[in-house]
Amino acid sequence: MPATDKGLENAMGHMLRIGVTVAALVVLAGGVLQFVQFAGSIPDYRHFHGAPPTFEHVTTIVAGIGGFDGNSVVLFGILLLIATPICRVIFGVVGFSLMKDKVYAPVSAIVLIVLLLSCFARR
Amino acid sequence: MSLFFFSLQIFLPSIAAGFIGALTGLGGGVIMVPVLCLVFGVDLHYAIGASLVSVIATSSGAAAAYVREGYSNIRIGMFLEVATTVGALLGAYLVAQVSANWIGVLFGVVLLYSAWAGLRNTHRGPARVETDTLAMRLRLKGCYPVEGRKEAYIAANVPAGFGIMFIAGTLSGLLGIGSGAVKVLAMDQVMRLPFKVSTTTSNFMIGVTAAASAGVYLSRGYILPGLAMPVMLGVLAGSLVGSRVLVDAKVKTLRWIFATVIVALGVEMIFNGLAGRL
Repeated sequence: MPATDKGLENAMGHMLRIGVTVAALVVLAGGVLQFVQFAGSIPDYRHFHGAPPTFEHVTTIVAGIGGFDGNSVVLFGILLLIATPICRVIFGVVGFSLMKDKVYAPVSAIVLIVLLLSCFARR
Repeated sequence: MSLFFFSLQIFLPSIAAGFIGALTGLGGGVIMVPVLCLVFGVDLHYAIGASLVSVIATSSGAAAAYVREGYSNIRIGMFLEVATTVGALLGAYLVAQVSANWIGVLFGVVLLYSAWAGLRNTHRGPARVETDTLAMRLRLKGCYPVEGRKEAYIAANVPAGFGIMFIAGTLSGLLGIGSGAVKVLAMDQVMRLPFKVSTTTSNFMIGVTAAASAGVYLSRGYILPGLAMPVMLGVLAGSLVGSRVLVDAKVKTLRWIFATVIVALGVEMIFNGLAGRL
């Protein structure tokens, strides 16, 4: 990545586009699997059921993908989508560090720390 | 009704929400939450979960184009994200503490406020010539394309803008929206940045703000895959079309389209919240 503002902007733009495209394709694939697996019924969206235990951890989502479970594939796509802006902030940390920007390298790092904290926050 | 037709029914309004969300820089979530609750009877928690996912997709999808065209300011965005992400964590924590009906009423108030803020605003023009020392030190400035040439701008009232961004982040985490209306208010009205710089930088920031509460939402089970799938894909498709139109669109028309839609939705959210139907 070239250490200029324009270079960083272009790198972020490309990364965002690739991240969203991949996430959307994974979610779409999961959606097709959902149609096949639950063709006849729609889940109950009208009442909140609390946290389904299987969705709580990344490992159970990944395990579900191995079994071609539509819900797990959609959730994995959503995880990729959530990772995209986090990745954009990592680009900021690296890019501003390469530019030796004494204000924005730490600013980006603070945003990244808050985002990482949120991933481990429970309830 | 089959799952396919249910998904299709949700997919179509999601396209419209994504389109308007990208045009106005306010995100599709602000429209999708009331549509899901009021039209489809979806539980508010699932509606804000699906909306939050779509908000990340909208922001990232449109931001790629805006960044390249030189409208979004990545330094201003990154600086203000410190306030929005901390606020978003607080908001996501608060969702479990507040009843759905009150969240609905607050949602309606935010919608009405958004409409009022958008229409009241006759743009005040660029920031005054006197320099804001904090903005200079933080390099909260840039230039953007106006009719083929570059026009310079610099931020004013930085602490006030930063404070409003914290509120925007809290609302985002609490309501599952990008809270672009409040972000645009902070940049356009308070920090006196050009309107298109404000809307596109808002859009750029929305994904990061939403990602900060998404982890909490996921662990609480607010994100239901079957619902999030059509909402996310629809909003994303709409936002990609919307972001292409932005460059040529007239700002005044955008504000009116936006205001009309959200006043109707806001009144209905408040009414349903007060009646205890959410």
